[in-house]
Parts: sequence; C-alpha cells; structure tokens
Amino acid sequence: MSMAHEITAGFMPLFDSAVLVVAGEMGFAVREGIELKLQRETSWANIRDRIAIGHFDVAHMLGPMPLACSLGLTPLASETIVPFSLGLGGNCVTVSNTVWEGMAAQGAAPDLDPTRAGTALGSLIRERAVAGREPLRFAVVHPHSGHNYELRYWLAACGIDPDRDIEIVIVPPSFMADALAAGRIDAYCVGEPWNSASVATGTGRIVTVKALLWRNSPEKVIGARKAWAEENPEALAALLRALHHAARWCQDPANRGELAALMARPAFLGQPEAIQMPALTGRLQLGGGVERRVEDFFLPFDKAANFPWKSHALWFYTQMVRWGQLPHTPQNLAIARDCYRPDLYRSALKPLGVALPGANAKVEGALKVATPVGSAGASLVLGPDGFFDGQIFDPDRIDAYIAGQKRA
Amino acid sequence: MSTGSLTILVIDENRIRASIIEAGLRDAGHRQVTVIHDVAGIARRIAEIEPDVIVIDLENPNRDMLENMFQLSRAVKRPIAMFVDRSDQASIEAAVDAGVSAYVVDGLKKERIKPILDMAISRFNAFSRMARELEEARSELENRKVIDRAKGILMKSRGLSEEAAYTLLRKTAMNQNRKIAEIAQSLVTAAGLLGPLEGE
Repeated sequence: MSMAHEITAGFMPLFDSAVLVVAGEMGFAVREGIELKLQRETSWANIRDRIAIGHFDVAHMLGPMPLACSLGLTPLASETIVPFSLGLGGNCVTVSNTVWEGMAAQGAAPDLDPTRAGTALGSLIRERAVAGREPLRFAVVHPHSGHNYELRYWLAACGIDPDRDIEIVIVPPSFMADALAAGRIDAYCVGEPWNSASVATGTGRIVTVKALLWRNSPEKVIGARKAWAEENPEALAALLRALHHAARWCQDPANRGELAALMARPAFLGQPEAIQMPALTGRLQLGGGVERRVEDFFLPFDKAANFPWKSHALWFYTQMVRWGQLPHTPQNLAIARDCYRPDLYRSALKPLGVALPGANAKVEGALKVATPVGSAGASLVLGPDGFFDGQIFDPDRIDAYIAGQKRA
Repeated sequence: MSTGSLTILVIDENRIRASIIEAGLRDAGHRQVTVIHDVAGIARRIAEIEPDVIVIDLENPNRDMLENMFQLSRAVKRPIAMFVDRSDQASIEAAVDAGVSAYVVDGLKKERIKPILDMAISRFNAFSRMARELEEARSELENRKVIDRAKGILMKSRGLSEEAAYTLLRKTAMNQNRKIAEIAQSLVTAAGLLGPLEGE
C-alpha cells in the first residue's frame, strides 16, 4: 500500500525517542497515511548534519538543539523548528560512590532533595579545593542540551560556579556509566536508563533528578527542517497527529510492558526491559538499596507534555546567554522566539477536538499545584512547574531575568 | 607551505578503513598523518600533534565530544571548524553520504582541503563497497550451506535424488514467491523441531 506521505526521521537510541518509535512501529503513522522511516543515529552531530542536507525531514533532538542550529551556534547549522515536544523530565544527576561518600559526610541524604544535595556537594568541592585536589569532572551529553543547562542551573543556585569550581566534559549517553566506573568522570547528568545503569552495577548514586530541579520541564523535541515543514504542511500535520496518539499510548500504564519490549529491540534502545522501568514508573533505585518514587519523573503525554511552549525555548535561550554561548541581542532573541511553533501543533491537533493550551508561553514556576486549564469540557491539567530554588521565569521579562542571572 | 606539509589526524575505530585512508593520504604526498582508533586521551594527542585537518568517521559516537573539544578545549590551541564552507553543498552531501566528516583549523584555504576531503570520500565509499561485497559473499555462502542441509533432509526423509530435492525446493519457493534459501531455512528449522532427523 502506498502512503500519502513518506517521512524520514532520525533518532538516537534513548528512552525518550519512544513516542517517535511508537508512532512508527505501532501503526499510528500508517493510520495518518504516513510511511515513517526511522533511522537510528550515533551522535547528535550526525542528526544535525543529516537534517541540514535533507537526509532526514524531522528528528528526535535535544530541546535546545534546534535553537542552536537556528542561531548558527553549530557547524552545518540549518533553520530548524520545533512543532512537538517528546516529553517532560526523565534526567538524573548521578555521582560516583566516592563523591557520594564525600557528600554524605557533608550532610547529603539519599532523598534526591536538590538543595540538600547541592549544598553538600558545594561543601565537598570547597573542601577538595582547600586540600589542593583536582576539581571534580562532570559529564553531560552535549553543550546545547537540557542536561547541561539544568546541571549548571542547579550547581550555580547552590553556590558552585560550573566553569570555575568543576570541569564539564561531553560524553555520549551510553558511555556514561562506564566512564564513571573507570574513574574518567566523577559525576554526570543524563537521561534514563543511563543513571539506573550505574546504580545497577553498584558504581554510582543518583543524587537528584530533573523533575525536582525544574518540575515538568522540557527535554527532547521533534526538530523539523524549516524548509521541509513549509513545503509539506499536510505531511507535518499528519505526523503531529500520529505523534499525539503515540504519546497518549506511551503514557498509558497498561502499555508499559509492550513499550519496554519494543524499545528493548536492538534497532531501538537495545537495553533490557527491566532497566527501562524506572523511567516508566518513576520508582528509582538510588543506590545503597534506597528506592524513591518521583512524581512526574518522565511524562510522554500528560500535563500538555507535547506542547512546544515558547517559554521553554526562551528559557534555554537565557541559559545560552548565561553561560557565554551567545550574546543577548534583539536579533538572537527574535530567532529564539520563532523556533518553537505552538501554532503548528495547535492547527494540526484542532481537528481531533482535544484540549489545547490557549497561550503560546507561560510563566515558568508560577503553578505551585496541578491546575486544570483549557476550555469547555476538555480537560487539561498543567503543573506544578516550579524551579527548585523558587525562581520564576517570566518570558515577558527576559531582560530582567538575564540581568539577574549570576554565574554562581 | 606546500600541500604536503599539512598535518592530518585520522580518527576511525575501524582499523582497516583507517589504514586505507592513511595509505591514500600518503600516496597523495602527505607525510604527517596520524591515525587514532581510540579517543581516550585524545585531547592530549591533539595538543601534541596540532593537526591542520581532522578526518573522522560518522559512526563514531564520540563526535559530539570531539566537536565540543575542538571548540572549547584549551588543549586545542587553534580553533577548529568544520571542513566546509556552507556554499559547497555538493561536498557536504558527498561526505555525509560516504560517512565521513572533516574539521580544519580556521583560515586554511578551501583549495588545500578539497583534495583531502575528496580522497577521504572516495576511500570511504570504496571501503563501504568492499564491506558490502564481503557481506554478500558471506550470506551467499550461508545460503548455500542451508540449501545443502535442506536437500539432505529431503533426500533422507522422502527418498529423493539430490536433483529432485533441489527441484522440489525451487518449485516450492516459486509457488510461495519466496527465496530458495528461505524455504530451505524453514525446512531445516521444522526438521529440527520435529525430530532427530537433522544432525544425524
């Protein structure tokens, strides 16, 4: 059977590619008349290059990556837009056993509390500096990643300068656990299952999670080549509807077993089903036999998880400015503002009659409790969405937010 | 500075392909070529070698780490950018198609890089072709083995001649619109399930 649309999508073997993989493998794309060709990649750089030269029409991307591409921060960058978000949360910060012992001696407890863990880490770092020891080496997956920005945000809010007090290096996700075990790095921030992987081998401890640093915060997205999206509006809309149904399927606890079995296949994540369960259930083994359940640990669908909030893109932009990746100018801000496209999401999903947020941006950190929003009959619950340090990000007051950001 | 005096670093986990590239570069008159298979400690190596051009295969999962290092690391004294000038779309596509990328220090003239990149692209393509042919030959051999086993099963269980056994396999494959090797594999699997026939 020949399909109305043929779409080639790149993805990285990470758990949060699940919505895209499910759209292709569980019939959601076909139902929208799409032949979805999924192509696994080995680096974000490859994804970026293949989007740029047209091998891929869309791809699983780090949330800040389409911004970095559109802002010309990377080689071979091309204008990339974000019509769909692949979920909220999903990352953790994992440290070596040695670092954990040092933190525990400074008052950290195995409770994932970001302030307590960060304060203990700060004390340990100062103690090490006084003793003349090497700075701790942290790893993230990419300089333009939610991981890099949330790690830096956490450290800075706890009085640690991420550029001066520690070192940050780049390590591919699947190599993190090995690098930690071998002592090449002391800690890392990465998505699941690569934190649980270190806990499972007894070589690391999870000390805090993205969902506690910034609750309901953006992670991976669908990046689409702008030129392709403009030339193929119907194909894009059909894809967004397929992804919407796939995301709903992924969120349903009844499908967890089937989802884990699908992702376990070598063509996708290629990791055992058991190690995917923490991401699916929010029940994390922290190490040392301690288990904690994290509310909203990873959301592929609920809480408007697929809506590409402009406030998410703009927060990433403020962090790029904060850490010296680009200057804050009206031109750059305008590019960042146009990158995430809630208008495309809304117009594609409107025929489905589902609840859609009415605004394109929200004040991040304003919702202290889960809040029903949306119009007539349609149910949509947002939040809570707070930053752990109580800060508010108002996208209408970007200049003040940027001016108020300190390095540590 | 002559073309030959460029310092080139090749990063490729595939040793055979790396040596093919290295040979190509040496044939083209480049004398300062270093090949690295393992990226452990690469920052120090780059600081020692100070390459003008870095050629890397796209399968390498460390590409993100390397790109970040080229841009930020104190070990890399001169900033390193991607090979291409954005205007050269054909080169970009050919390189990505071939599975190779290159980075050069800022300021190197495009004319000096182009032959290196073209050579890398053609050697990468040649390697892929070779690997594909090898894979085809390997699967051809496997197919022949399984067909022989299936023939043996038919000859024994149905008292057929070798030629009749093969004809039966071929006819079944044609009727079912499948490959002979697939039919043979099904038969071997079924025979394995049904009894001790196979492996006697």
